[in-house]
Amino acid sequence: MTETYRARDWAGQPAYLSPDYKSTPLRSPTRPLIALPQSLSEITGPVFGAEVVTGDDADLTRNGRRNGEPLGERIVVTGRVLGDDGKPLPNTLLEVWQANACGRYVHKADQHDAPLDPNFLGSGRCATDSNGVYKFMTVKPGAYPWGNHHNAWRPQHIHFSLFGPSFATRLVTQMYFPGDPLLPLDPIFLATPAATRNLLIAAFTLDATEPGYALGYRFDIVLRGRNATPMEA
Amino acid sequence: MTLRQTPSQTVGPYFAYGLSPEQYGYDFASIAGGDMAPAEVEGQRIRVEGRVFDGAGAVVPDALVEIWQADAQGRYAHPSDPRGSNASFKGFGRFGTGTDKQNRFIFDTVKPGAIDAGQAPHLNVVLTMRGMLLHAFTRIYFADEASNATDPVLHLVPEDRRHTLIAQPIGGNVYRFDIQMQGAHETVFFDV
Ligand SMILES: [Fe+3]
Repeated sequence: MTETYRARDWAGQPAYLSPDYKSTPLRSPTRPLIALPQSLSEITGPVFGAEVVTGDDADLTRNGRRNGEPLGERIVVTGRVLGDDGKPLPNTLLEVWQANACGRYVHKADQHDAPLDPNFLGSGRCATDSNGVYKFMTVKPGAYPWGNHHNAWRPQHIHFSLFGPSFATRLVTQMYFPGDPLLPLDPIFLATPAATRNLLIAAFTLDATEPGYALGYRFDIVLRGRNATPMEA
Repeated sequence: MTLRQTPSQTVGPYFAYGLSPEQYGYDFASIAGGDMAPAEVEGQRIRVEGRVFDGAGAVVPDALVEIWQADAQGRYAHPSDPRGSNASFKGFGRFGTGTDKQNRFIFDTVKPGAIDAGQAPHLNVVLTMRGMLLHAFTRIYFADEASNATDPVLHLVPEDRRHTLIAQPIGGNVYRFDIQMQGAHETVFFDV
């Protein structure tokens, strides 16, 4: 018996066309999406979990080391991955990437005049455990300027990519930090409806803080959950 | 209990070393690339290539295209496919448009078989890029498949837009599939 996934929460998603984010007008579909009833093609999807997480993949303070420790404020990021039915999703892969502590990406096209860190790559991956809990170690990313408008700066953020249990549950998102003064100025964050914006902001928590070593942030991620009734064959 | 779904955000311009590091030459293992079918996988070898165009007709050099497909027997390597899977074929490919001189995405794979419930052979696509706050779903069908005529998903699409979902053979087992974000031939995108 196969199951389908609950509808996307369109009211909680940013619109494709969000003109304050200046790359969207030429890169957003202009015609309405066509509703596609979920078939085997949508309720299946790439199966990735703990088997592709090896070595120091989940520790960005180690997986890019050349000759020493990366610079920056060490942080732990942890949370649960759940369906919107409240069920935790075990053995689910999370891929993450970010700027270094100075706000510079390793990417060749990033020309921001801030130093690269020879000991920090900025990408990693981890998987959820049987309770849907993930955890990785990194340094807090710096804010960086971008060309969207005069004096535009992206708030500190970490990029996340997840498949979840099917192709329909695919999610690419960004995690922000509490209290960042750039959040109310950021067209990407602000393109998200006010009702769901705060779901993108991690919470500082002493529970995940490692004494004498790293501050802890909690960030739960909610994917589309399974429908209660199975799909008609 | 119903929780609110986490909103999507753009993949941004710098996803390469996170999502497709080997393709872009970064020292980090990729979980998938454009070479989808190891030698031992059965099926007709094909290449699917194309470019992504923005609303001004410019080629997009920083898009990420992901493919999810059935094997040559039409089976998905996933527990929800009751027919069991072709173990050496994962069915997933990922390619960024930033490394090819023409900014193509290029997938070397096997042609999928017909899927259950009368679906013609197709590739399932997730497209994302800087400037897209939410990824988009589309499908790639093959022009040389007679079963397209009865495919239930193609039938949901107005006839004058169906061609945007169909890859054309250009010789040597290569199919061409361009994605147009806007314009007269705007690709059909789905609400899955
Ligand atoms: Fe970024």
